[in-house]
Amino acid sequence: MTQRLMERRQILTFLGTLAAAGFVLPRMAFANWDKVAFEAKTMDEALKALGAGTPATSGDVQIVASDIAENGAVVPIQAISKLPNTERIAILVDKNPSMLAASFDLTPETIPEVTARIKMGQTSNVVVLVKADGKFYAASKEIKVTLGGCGG
Amino acid sequence: MGSPMKIRASVKDGVTEIKVLMGHEMETGQRKDANGAVIPAWFINEVTAKLDGKMVMQAQWGPSISKNPYLAFKVKGGKAGDKVSVTWVDNKGDTRTDEAAVT
Repeated sequence: MTQRLMERRQILTFLGTLAAAGFVLPRMAFANWDKVAFEAKTMDEALKALGAGTPATSGDVQIVASDIAENGAVVPIQAISKLPNTERIAILVDKNPSMLAASFDLTPETIPEVTARIKMGQTSNVVVLVKADGKFYAASKEIKVTLGGCGG
Repeated sequence: MGSPMKIRASVKDGVTEIKVLMGHEMETGQRKDANGAVIPAWFINEVTAKLDGKMVMQAQWGPSISKNPYLAFKVKGGKAGDKVSVTWVDNKGDTRTDEAAVT
């Protein structure tokens, strides 16, 4: 057991050295699509894959969207975070086969307000997940869909 | 290559607003064609944006983003004439970059 721990520590140290030396970039452009999170089948799985666990519901996370979407193929969503040091904003649709619609990584210069248009197969809760100061927060809003966006 | 993006960027009170309209099918992989065969997924999965050469946003997208995706966001700073550059990559490895100047 101790032996194994030692090995693990050595491997971690080795990886750390590689990272420090620039061999393993923490965020390699165009090679970081989070397959696990995007292919998650349940909200819990998606949140877990994003490292969010059970995010705290926060009034500082806002979803600006109409209550009823006439066309589920094009549902405009604005996701806003009022939390300081917002690093990431993700938009998830509870009842879509592909639950995670988008995840935006922001810089300190980026104002945490993003607008996108998503597809919704049916009436569902839309969840906006925010990572700020290393912690996760979320807000949810039900959007009613009169015409689904996945049938074509 | 895809069709050209429409990029509009304007600065007001020290904040640059960037709006992008991309041309892409964003096929989910859920739909079937007339013969009942599944239409393979084909969607933009990575988007990056730079303002004046500096990375200001990196996004990962899934097939739940609408066809011909629209994206709008704001960045502190920026001035008229600064270059905005947006790049997307889709799940087939196709990529496109377009640029516009801040007005």
